[in-house]
Amino acid sequence: MALAATVVLNGLTLAALYFVVASGFSLIFGLMRTVNMAHGSLYLVGAYIAYAVFEPLYDREAWYAWYLAVPVGMAAAALAGVAMQKLLLGWMQGQELRQALVTIGVSIVVADQLLAHFGGTPRQFLAPDALFGTTELPLVGRYPTFRLVQIAVAVAVGLGLWLLLARTKLGLMVRAGVDDQTMLSACGVNVPRVALAVFALGAALAGLGGVIGATAQPLAQGMDGRFLLTSLVVVIVGGMGSVPGTAVGSVLVGLAEQIGQALFPTYAVILTFGLMVAVLAVRPQGLMGRSA
Amino acid sequence: MLVVRDLHVRFGQAHILQGVDLAVGPEPLAIVGRNGMGKTTLCQAIMGMVAGRGQISLDDTDLAGRAPNRVARAGIALVPQGRRTFPSLTVDEHLRLVDQGPRARWTRARAYETFPRLAERRRNGGTQLSGGEQQMLAIARALLMNPRLVIMDEPSEGLAPVIVDHLAGVLRGLTAEGIGLLLVEQNLRMATAVCDHVAVMVTGRIAATLQATELAGNEDLQRRYLGVAAGHH
Repeated sequence: MALAATVVLNGLTLAALYFVVASGFSLIFGLMRTVNMAHGSLYLVGAYIAYAVFEPLYDREAWYAWYLAVPVGMAAAALAGVAMQKLLLGWMQGQELRQALVTIGVSIVVADQLLAHFGGTPRQFLAPDALFGTTELPLVGRYPTFRLVQIAVAVAVGLGLWLLLARTKLGLMVRAGVDDQTMLSACGVNVPRVALAVFALGAALAGLGGVIGATAQPLAQGMDGRFLLTSLVVVIVGGMGSVPGTAVGSVLVGLAEQIGQALFPTYAVILTFGLMVAVLAVRPQGLMGRSA
Repeated sequence: MLVVRDLHVRFGQAHILQGVDLAVGPEPLAIVGRNGMGKTTLCQAIMGMVAGRGQISLDDTDLAGRAPNRVARAGIALVPQGRRTFPSLTVDEHLRLVDQGPRARWTRARAYETFPRLAERRRNGGTQLSGGEQQMLAIARALLMNPRLVIMDEPSEGLAPVIVDHLAGVLRGLTAEGIGLLLVEQNLRMATAVCDHVAVMVTGRIAATLQATELAGNEDLQRRYLGVAAGHH
């Protein structure tokens, strides 16, 4: 019983991390129909640059080292995302295949550059004292505190995105843009600027995921591919461009991974893709997606 | 106000607009013509939604080749064919999207006053509205941008006659306010109720500009330019 509860909780904490990363991916796709194959690279860029700021501060035992790493990682990823949209993707808006290929190219270049600058040694953020250690939970017993923080961050991101989309003028523009970009432009809205804002936000979420993820587990080369793949599976299961769908998709994928690893570790990955195949067979637009 | 000179639009091999010349002053102008003559393309070309070649200017601002948002900022609003309201937005959200604050001439409160039906439906989504309600919403959305000129593409399409009459009253009010109007209409009754002058579009050109009374009273002209007499439409 305790084992089952622990496996479920592990699944949920992993789902929380997936949600933070994949919601950015889904947001960008929802408005611009851009399948950003470099989303995992944004995760890495955020994490590595944040680590470069974190390490010297941590060595000097500055208590705020980790707290500073979070906004730095988000800002670094956001800047990288904006540069990518402005310099490359903006010129080929509406040409999805070309954008997908260009972002694959970007991800290869970024991965090599990061390897050249930061080397292949895995790194890991150390959570600040307040978030470190374990917490006593009913059923599960002692559980890493930071993993609970992960869930809190995901809930905050979900609520924040919901408020942004439902309550702000930018949210109105994004939702209208998903429906009809030309008409949105005819309403006087500068659509490329909205697209840039969305790209910055989506990339910042990847950067946030990078710092959170690299605190929970080591940061290493190749993580970009893993998080890109997971983001793709999550939004395919949940429904492209839908925030609630991304949440549902993250929980299902996180649980599938952890339950699979508990029951049949060798074939665990099959469960995740089995889930995707099942959803595609029954509801090709994803569980909460709209049909195109 | 709006001046269009020698405007051409091509889609691949198809030459849709073949040199349109047009001027809309303070007087509203109606454009009539059969389907496929290029009326909707003309609206979209002025708005910058399709690429064209030629001159387009509003007062002294050159608008040729501008993106739709620049054209909108310059003072032209479009009520497009098929309404094109946003399915994801509620009625009130449509209006908030283009709201220019409480000091503007057209405010949300005024839009709800003009179209009480929209006030009742303010929380309903864009897809839960009837055709007539969607049309009112598209018009309210255009007016809240406080344009100097409104282009309306078939606003009476699919509307009940009583709503068409209400709409004609609203449009005459716009003219009285000094807002320019370019009204594309198949419905001759609507066109002549609002505009004194009617331009007839034939194969991508303005073939003639007539007095509304002249066209309304002459079935031969109607057959020639519209393919039907008004009574059958």
